[in-house]
Amino acid sequence: MPVLLNALGKLPGAFSFLLLAVLIAGCRQEPPADLTVINGPDPGSLDPLLVTGIEELRAVLPLFEGLTRPDPATSRALPALAERWEISPDGRHYTFHLRTNAAWSTGEPITSADLVYSWRRVLEPTNACQYVNLMYPLHGAEAYSAGQLKDFAQVGVRAPDAHTVEATLDNPCPWFLDLCAFQTLSVVPRAAIERDGDQWIMRHPPFSGPYELEYWRISDRVRLRRNERYWDAANTRSRIVDLLVMSSPATALNLYEDHQVDVILDKPLVPTELLPVLAKTPDYHTFPMLGSYFVRINVTRPPLNDPRVRRALALTVDKPRLTQRIAPTCEPADQIVPGATANYLRGEGQHRDPELARRLLAEAGFPEGKGFPKLSYLADSSGGGGGRMNERVAVELQDTWRRELGIEIEIRSLEKKVAIVAQRTLDYDLSRSSWIGDYNDPSTFLDLFTKANGNNRTGWSHPEYERLLHEASSEADLGKRALLLRDAETLLVRDEVPIIPLWFESGFTLNSPTRIEGMFGNVLDVHPLNAIRRIPDSGTK
Amino acid sequence: MFFLKRILFLVPLLLVISSLSFGLLRLAPGGPFDHDRAPASPEVERLLRARYHLDEPVWQQYGRWLNDALHGDFGLSLKYRNHTVTDIIRQGLPVSLSLGLLAFGFAVGVGIPIGFFTAVRRGEWADWGGSFLVLLSICVPGFVIGPLLAMIFALKLHWLPPALWGAPLQAVLPMVTLGLYFAGRVARLMREGMTQTLQSEFIRTARAKGLSEFAVLTRHAFRLAVMPVVSYSGPMLADLLTGSFVVESIFQIPGIGVFIVDSSRSRDYPLVIGLVLLYAVLLLVMNLVVDLAYGLLDPRVKYE
Repeated sequence: MPVLLNALGKLPGAFSFLLLAVLIAGCRQEPPADLTVINGPDPGSLDPLLVTGIEELRAVLPLFEGLTRPDPATSRALPALAERWEISPDGRHYTFHLRTNAAWSTGEPITSADLVYSWRRVLEPTNACQYVNLMYPLHGAEAYSAGQLKDFAQVGVRAPDAHTVEATLDNPCPWFLDLCAFQTLSVVPRAAIERDGDQWIMRHPPFSGPYELEYWRISDRVRLRRNERYWDAANTRSRIVDLLVMSSPATALNLYEDHQVDVILDKPLVPTELLPVLAKTPDYHTFPMLGSYFVRINVTRPPLNDPRVRRALALTVDKPRLTQRIAPTCEPADQIVPGATANYLRGEGQHRDPELARRLLAEAGFPEGKGFPKLSYLADSSGGGGGRMNERVAVELQDTWRRELGIEIEIRSLEKKVAIVAQRTLDYDLSRSSWIGDYNDPSTFLDLFTKANGNNRTGWSHPEYERLLHEASSEADLGKRALLLRDAETLLVRDEVPIIPLWFESGFTLNSPTRIEGMFGNVLDVHPLNAIRRIPDSGTK
Repeated sequence: MFFLKRILFLVPLLLVISSLSFGLLRLAPGGPFDHDRAPASPEVERLLRARYHLDEPVWQQYGRWLNDALHGDFGLSLKYRNHTVTDIIRQGLPVSLSLGLLAFGFAVGVGIPIGFFTAVRRGEWADWGGSFLVLLSICVPGFVIGPLLAMIFALKLHWLPPALWGAPLQAVLPMVTLGLYFAGRVARLMREGMTQTLQSEFIRTARAKGLSEFAVLTRHAFRLAVMPVVSYSGPMLADLLTGSFVVESIFQIPGIGVFIVDSSRSRDYPLVIGLVLLYAVLLLVMNLVVDLAYGLLDPRVKYE
């Protein structure tokens, strides 16, 4: 027993030693970053093939580069791996000339074979790339990725020599150069992927972009180090960049106020209640971007299968008021395609006309809402401020429809994944939705509502709509094409109304104009890191 | 023998826990690849599910998982598709353990002295003041304390960093936020234990023998008075290690607490099961340790 007691007496000492050891093991001191950016939720992956979320795409952009790269100011395609290119008059053949000084971070040259491999990897059916549809403009890409076409030689990409890539498209595609800058189409290292399989990104592979991955600690940060062998390394303005993972908006703002971070990207990363306060500071930047917030209507369920009922719902919504109250930085929307979109001609949209709405509802058999069944409105709780916003929209709409049409809506609040399944299986009446455009063209929004699109989720389709979009896709004249797309959009939002657009999203960043340079707002909300730097002696820790 | 039996009992228990959580998870609507944006085509979706064997019947998936797990492979995470479950736990666990142990040290280091002195100074101002603070620390939840501390010590006074993990100073606020409630609990247990012990016969005997008050309190009373704290420390440690989710998200600490909530939200089946098992083992081991400590402190406790 005395031995035991003795041992017990030493416990506090042993415990504090253990504590110290744990503390030292748990904390490693690292050099501070030259630029610290709050990037948002944890990226699920940094492999260009697997990424889909905005926070993932942002982390991948500096690591891997494609034929083109986005202009930091305008987000339009600039020469990158391809130094220059020629486009055939019919807009269907692209010849890219790769720069001869393009190299992997290990020093080996990047060749056209690397590009063909990378594109093939995206199309390979077994890889099941979720973003493969972006490559469908490429001849044979859709058939190959679905496994219907077995011979890759028939897909419209080839490398006649080490520094030339030829791409053949099915139809003219005005956004093809922008697409070549998209992360999914960037160049990835074949040897490392074939050697290390699923975990290649973690095993120090060669990188093709302006940065290398120094490390990636889950739920902490992605640390990037300047790739000195990048062809344009002289213009990469920060050496070490930290992309911080952040789940709490209040914490993000604390770190920013304490000058421990330089930039906050994205609105959900600052407390919504403080947006009006922040808007008064010079650090606050907002700009139009390609995103829409809207309501999906399940047109398979009566009485919503009647376009008059759907129109009645849309015609009563006071969008300017709703937007002002819930998303004050955004622009009220009568269309689904944001006005800043390239190759876009705005047509007639949904207007507010409660009189007409009541008439339409009466025509449909529900005068003053009598006999109208109780509908449910699906609002998912997509985390933090977003979830509360969705519910506030639901409450506003509920109130509007009760007041203007005399109909009752029940709000159905679901967890995100459950809501997605409900939407996909058409197990809803009305559902809140949003969409962020992948590339700068109206088709990234309008294609959603074609019959075959997995993101349609309204049960709606219309032969005229399919015809207009089909015709537009093969139209080489951009002016004529814009007219066809305008007619399609008018049919969608004015006449048929499977959706009710509420507002166009606005981009947001928080960064001090006196401390940070190289940050711009653009419609794709991309902020290439190589352009950004902290102004020396500007007081960031 | 007693401990051996308890350890052996772990095996069927873990089997039951893993199969139950495996089954329950699959009942929840939505899968790991259901995002706002649908996969490019139904074919892509089918291939994706096939790649991770999600198209097989659940019992078959469980069998596959069990077989891999017995070989030490807990699979690839379905959210972090470049990471294995083991990797993720290996990254986060040391951080959560450090935070938990620090908070444990704080709770014990602050709670015991406060409980001790409030008991000794019973009925005096020190007792009232101390007890009030203790009550406060128990009543105010971490998600209030944390931001409050960050506001005062980081944003106003600039003494400590407001968040993140890596430097020793960054550990202070999370440690206090996480440990404060438990420090209050410990202080109350200690005060009660001490008050009761001080009224017992053997203390009167010790005093009558002419021992100094210091010796009576520290050598005689303390050992018995601390027993409730010891028995509480097991569940407390378990709570500290599992309950750090709020603190980890307030201070953006790359521990394992965030995954407990996030992994089930993102339907990351392998990660959820891995974490459930990890915590099951942690809890069971912790209870075992408490039983062991009991035997050491109190000679009346014997294990067959």
